[in-house]
Amino acid sequence: MTLQSEVEVTARPRGSVISYAARIFVRIGVLPILVVIALITFSLMSDNFLTVDNIHSALRQNSYIIIATLGQFVVLLAGGFDLSIGAITALVSVSTAMAMSSQTGSPLSAVVIGIVVGVLVGMACGLLNGLGVASLNINPFIMTLATASVFSGLALMLTSGVPVSGLPMEFSDWLGYGSVFGIGISIWLALLAAVVLWVLLTLTRPGRHIYSVGSSPRAARLSGVNEFRTLILAYVTAGALAAVGAVLLTARLETGEANIGASLPLQTIAAAVIGGVSLRGGAGRVLDAVLGAVFIGIVANGMNLAQINSYYQMIVTGVVLALAVVADRLRTRLASAVYAGKV
Amino acid sequence: MTDPDHKVVLRVRGLTKKYPGVTALDGVDFELRKGEVHVLFGENGAGKSTLISIISGAQHPDGGTIEVNGRPVHLAGVAAARGLGISAVFQEFSLMPTMTVAENLVMGAEPGRFGLINRRRVRRLAQERLDEFDFHISPDRLVETLSRAEQQMVEIAKAFRPELSVLILDEPTASLTEEESERLFSLVEEARGRGIGIVYITHRMAEIRRLANRVTVLRDGKLITTVPGGTPDDELINLMTGRVVEDLYPELPEPGTRVVLAARDLSTFDGAVRNATFELRAGEIVGFAGLMGSGKSTAARACFGLERVDSGTLTIDGADLTRARPARVMKAGVVYLPSDRKTEGLLLNRPLRETVTLPWLHRGSISSGPVLRPGRESAVAGDMLRRMKLSPPDPERTADSYSGGNQQKGLLGRALLGDCSTYLLDEPTVGVDVGARVTIYDQIVELARQGNAVLVISSELPEILHLCHRVYVFAHGTITAELRQDDINEQTILRHMMHWDEPAKEIA
Ligand SMILES: Nc1ncnc2c1ncn2[C@@H]1O[C@H](COP(=O)(O)OP(=O)(O)OP(=O)(O)O)[C@@H](O)[C@H]1O
Ligand SMILES: [Mg+2]
Repeated sequence: MTLQSEVEVTARPRGSVISYAARIFVRIGVLPILVVIALITFSLMSDNFLTVDNIHSALRQNSYIIIATLGQFVVLLAGGFDLSIGAITALVSVSTAMAMSSQTGSPLSAVVIGIVVGVLVGMACGLLNGLGVASLNINPFIMTLATASVFSGLALMLTSGVPVSGLPMEFSDWLGYGSVFGIGISIWLALLAAVVLWVLLTLTRPGRHIYSVGSSPRAARLSGVNEFRTLILAYVTAGALAAVGAVLLTARLETGEANIGASLPLQTIAAAVIGGVSLRGGAGRVLDAVLGAVFIGIVANGMNLAQINSYYQMIVTGVVLALAVVADRLRTRLASAVYAGKV
Repeated sequence: MTDPDHKVVLRVRGLTKKYPGVTALDGVDFELRKGEVHVLFGENGAGKSTLISIISGAQHPDGGTIEVNGRPVHLAGVAAARGLGISAVFQEFSLMPTMTVAENLVMGAEPGRFGLINRRRVRRLAQERLDEFDFHISPDRLVETLSRAEQQMVEIAKAFRPELSVLILDEPTASLTEEESERLFSLVEEARGRGIGIVYITHRMAEIRRLANRVTVLRDGKLITTVPGGTPDDELINLMTGRVVEDLYPELPEPGTRVVLAARDLSTFDGAVRNATFELRAGEIVGFAGLMGSGKSTAARACFGLERVDSGTLTIDGADLTRARPARVMKAGVVYLPSDRKTEGLLLNRPLRETVTLPWLHRGSISSGPVLRPGRESAVAGDMLRRMKLSPPDPERTADSYSGGNQQKGLLGRALLGDCSTYLLDEPTVGVDVGARVTIYDQIVELARQGNAVLVISSELPEILHLCHRVYVFAHGTITAELRQDDINEQTILRHMMHWDEPAKEIA
């Protein structure tokens, strides 16, 4: 067992372009390659695609997906799933809007109260998921599938299916379309969420506990990790993040809607997986999840500009998800060949 | 080699396997004859498991050739190797935890017709197989409910298939006691008699003396030499480590008397332990001996809050901790080393550093408040890896990329990091090579010398005999004897382990 540095192995001179490409692929993973392909394709299809303005508005439109993906990511890390993330989004949208429109005071206080209510509702939803998974030991897939139905039902019940209007203008002016330093507030918020989450996960003890419970619940328990508290933390964080995303979406729509978010479970899981987060728990980085979500957003925007029908968009999302998983497996395979100096 | 008695069933030449940053095998030649037990011997991380994983089709080599019965073959997978009569028991098990013993035993060759599995026949076949080995395990039990030793037995039963020509056993006795190992040895000898070639990996010298026809020594992924079976122990160890290993067991210090942990009439809910009364004292090394399923591990797990306690009491430093959770017991200064490192110890897909520091994250040396100090953490983990002589000592490699023995050293090292006062060590040296054991035994004795209470649960009699001040012997869930220094000898322990009742005592 001779030790060699990785640099030495990868830097070995080899002729062909293909082997060079293979080594790049192994080094950086699937996602950057997908992003480049998407950028090239869409800028060929539409002149408006690769402009600062368009990329900015694509990010702003999709910042709620980025934030919801971060929520999904935390739960995936802890070895779970959150299929209720879309229903939480709907319920939060409705409750935020109802809380705001019922306020008679200044717009600022209405907005603040609305947001606080929304985030609390999101955290309560997460708490319910967490309790089911952590204390009743219900499989997260089933638990969140069940609560998804409950939360959607609640949202519809609260509104009788009618959008909640009468929100203060300032709400959508600020959160939906406002900018600071020329960059949309919602993008700043997504960035803030990512940074806070990164700090939680990599620099704090509870964050490390989330990784460990996802990697091996039994080993974590034997090391004195409180599995119950850790799972609750993961699901509540996911609920809170989904709520922040929901508030942003509501601000853009200018109404509280009970029928939004249906595609979020697929989109967020797809984004995380494309970003390289493991579905088996315990592995993945914040940056991966963010990049995965950005990619999903860019693809949607590009297809919109190219005037591709939204039905096709759904098909493309599914295909890209499957391809990303296959490509990642190929990468693992190639990795051993590259290190063995065969490629 | 035309001599029919020396017919080679398996030959590899120039086998090479590289992992990122490590060459696990470097041009190794190896041959296996019909009807021989060929032992692979080498330090932890020498490449033994890698070699057999390639022979058994579980991994692909990066270079070299494999011949079976003189014909070059390409082993596409485990199924392909099995088709050629090659079958393996891996160091890390390959059983399906959520399936029954019976389903696991017939997997890949389920009886039935038209794609429908005949469940009655599955059960019967499995029962026959278990009976043949005299293994007392119900075929209906789920594998995840079996202890590590029981899983080992099922693995072995699964590997012995009728149309076998090469049998590979990677540390098959790692968690078996003498009794069960003895049964395995006679199975191996019988298989050898039938002309099967057997590759056998072990760190136990007694097994090499007992079984080996030839021994191939690996060091750092390279072939050192192949020697005949009767080669003396110290010569083998010398070949393996490249140095001379002194006495294996250190001198024991005077035992202390202050009781730290006391269990009174402890019974677990599942009945695995009944009315066990034992105590651990400061500065003393206590041994738990017993056969598989005797309750020796369960008793320690109950102390650590991992088993449901039905009745009895447990006190630590005078405080009643009978039904406390592990986290609470840890706060009282107790640390537990689980015997099943893969499911209860390691965070397999995370850097080894995270496994090492996980129980100690709240210590001031690693965090301030809830905030971690990454630099300190790396230093703590890295120091420990070097002290325990892990190879390679890189805390950022994932736990699953370490060899079995190195994983064990990492977990034991983690237990020693805690600065605790009571150490419950279940099979502390399982899979660790002879050279590294010396270091581990020294450290265990050092713990006692510093005034800690140490419990060593071991299926290896020599460890019980040479490392312990006092021994509790378990049989069928109860403690059958408590032996003190001069009474600790092989016969007495074995007698109580088998629970040859009072009459035997009278005769003796
Ligand atoms: N999946 C992997 N990824 C990276 N390195 C690996 C992997 N598996 C094994 N190695 C490395 O290959 C080398 C040989 O490992 P191997 O498991 O063959 O050792 P071994 O001789 O069986 O040791 P032990 O006695 O501890 O079981 C070790 O240095 C190990 O770290
Ligand atoms: Mg091994």
